[in-house]
Amino acid sequence: MHKTDRLRSFRIEELTRVEGEGALEVVVDGDEIVDLEFRIFESPRFFEAFLRGREYTEAPDITARICGICPVAYQTSSINAMEQILGIRVSPQIRDLRRLLYMAEWIESHALHIYLLHAPDFLGFPSGMAMAAEFPTEVRDALRLKSIGNDLMACIGGREIHPVNPMVGGFHRAPTPDQLRAVEPDMEWALEAALRTVALVSTFPFPELDLDYEFVALSDPDEYAVLDGRIRSSEGIDITVDEFNDVFVEEHVERSNALHARIRDRGSYHVGPIARFNLNREQLHPVALKAARGIEPVVVNPFRSIVVRAVELVHACATGLDIVRRYVRPESPAATAPVRAGEGHGASEAPRGLLYHRYRIDESGIITDAQIVPPTSQNQLRIEEDLRRLIPTILGLTDEEMQHHLEQAIRNYDPCISCATHFLDFRVHRS
Amino acid sequence: MGKPSLAVWKFASCDGCQLSLLDLEDRLLDIAEAVDIAHFPEASTAHADGPYTVSLVEGSITTPRDADRIRAVRHQSELVVAIGACATAGGIQALRNLADSDEFVRTVYATPTYIDSLATSTPISDHIEVDIELRGCPVSKIQLLDVVGALLAGRKPDLPTYPVCIECKARGVSCVMVAGGIACLGPITQAGCGAICPAYDRGCYGCFGPAETVNVASLAWQWRELGIEDEALVRSLRTFNTAAPAFAAASAAIEDR
Repeated sequence: MHKTDRLRSFRIEELTRVEGEGALEVVVDGDEIVDLEFRIFESPRFFEAFLRGREYTEAPDITARICGICPVAYQTSSINAMEQILGIRVSPQIRDLRRLLYMAEWIESHALHIYLLHAPDFLGFPSGMAMAAEFPTEVRDALRLKSIGNDLMACIGGREIHPVNPMVGGFHRAPTPDQLRAVEPDMEWALEAALRTVALVSTFPFPELDLDYEFVALSDPDEYAVLDGRIRSSEGIDITVDEFNDVFVEEHVERSNALHARIRDRGSYHVGPIARFNLNREQLHPVALKAARGIEPVVVNPFRSIVVRAVELVHACATGLDIVRRYVRPESPAATAPVRAGEGHGASEAPRGLLYHRYRIDESGIITDAQIVPPTSQNQLRIEEDLRRLIPTILGLTDEEMQHHLEQAIRNYDPCISCATHFLDFRVHRS
Repeated sequence: MGKPSLAVWKFASCDGCQLSLLDLEDRLLDIAEAVDIAHFPEASTAHADGPYTVSLVEGSITTPRDADRIRAVRHQSELVVAIGACATAGGIQALRNLADSDEFVRTVYATPTYIDSLATSTPISDHIEVDIELRGCPVSKIQLLDVVGALLAGRKPDLPTYPVCIECKARGVSCVMVAGGIACLGPITQAGCGAICPAYDRGCYGCFGPAETVNVASLAWQWRELGIEDEALVRSLRTFNTAAPAFAAASAAIEDR
């Protein structure tokens, strides 16, 4: 459509390089946004419904199937909730193994998003594979990084997608020190490659866009929180995971098969790498903290999420390497406790942000109620608001350029629409 | 002659099986050289219209829109390969087939009228002719690579139909059920994963679906010998391949006992 027309409408029918199926529709009248809808049409799968009637031990394996990119996050949040109900506390060795498995997931997920899904936007390619002709070393590095994350997941978890080893109480089998020592050289290489990644993405051209966010992430007094912690925000929320539903509320809107989350009486919020970084930066691994020294004190430009993700990649490799080096095989791979009825809450920091689970189980361990709030449903409202702020700054561009910017802005969130149910059908109507 | 073209399609699923393609790492670049990746929205913004030589289809059919979409995929594709438990058996979301699906919608969504969903989750082969089915939740990336390689070479892929027990023997894993007293679906589950669970001291949970010949009565007897309630076996059969015919029949038969 011609730029001089007052009414412009845009439609992205299928957003690419995100996980799942979504669409975007925008109508602009002059320089006013008449309508903007980030729609998720991923087919609903009803996990909360069919978890009812299952045994509590099955929740980690079943909820892993919500997402092939971050199964460990689902396993961890569900395990946390069940362990709270049963009163299980695991040994420091088991906790270390969990953290290592989680860092492995961060490595494969962050490497995938940075290089194969997001970098092509900044460098002007349709895909990571297409980038390989001009950036062969970088793409090979990316694939090797991802592969090292996968190998580590497979070593601890049995396989890289839907690992079989994690369970309520710990693991079915703890790896031997030799098995973990075998990955040490690869992890050393990965740490160097992650540092090169920070250097590379820091040189990308970042569109100007500074936004006013409320950041929400887990926090822990002793570490860059991933496995658990208190839920904190940049505007003063500081609650236990149990209080999630007191502060956050999910609503169902017509355009989406995902539920939108918001802070009660306040509105949207932002979860994910930038939120974690802004709230917990000082607790990054010293190597990652050093790699982050060129980054502004508070990141408020969503396009710079790729840099933060790269810093977290360094953190994951460095933290993982430390754990591999100090690993002592736990005496018992899992703690056990008798079943009892109760309600439990669990959260962890999935690669894309806070992932909350809540379960109720009866005295025989059967699940009677389940609630799952994935990071992308929490960010969905925020994504729309980012686009509303971005559009006025890019109205001078052609429709094609506008579409590119809008898609890139959505990818800032690494949205996992499979998780939020899942993808982008983009339409812009210019009035 | 032009290069063969590859398209990747997603229906109701977790993305894990198509992610296995990206997990092929270096070999992904070899594939990208050997074929035109014409449609793979998760990985590329570039799109070329069909017809396609090979379509890889992930996910199950759960909405009226998807039932139309899969027929369009068939029309544009020389070969259709269904990948993973969702595409070959309906996936875990096929648990809705056993339940009141309106109630499922109400459990998850506050305003159920917004949801346009079929009462069932069904495999791709219920809707169109499928040339090859690749089992697993998720698929084995080694099998996936073999299938893509076989199709490019014009040969039949080599997929096992025997149970996981054979893979335990090949891997040198002692029987977790006989020696370890752990409930295991390995004797009735199709091989392909490499016996991962038994190698990690747990019983197989059936993510590759039923093997070609299964003796569920015998397995049920063995589980009872271990002191496990029938309900637990029914739940195990009703998981990632709940609607696979052999598992569905077995779980119904045990429930009726």
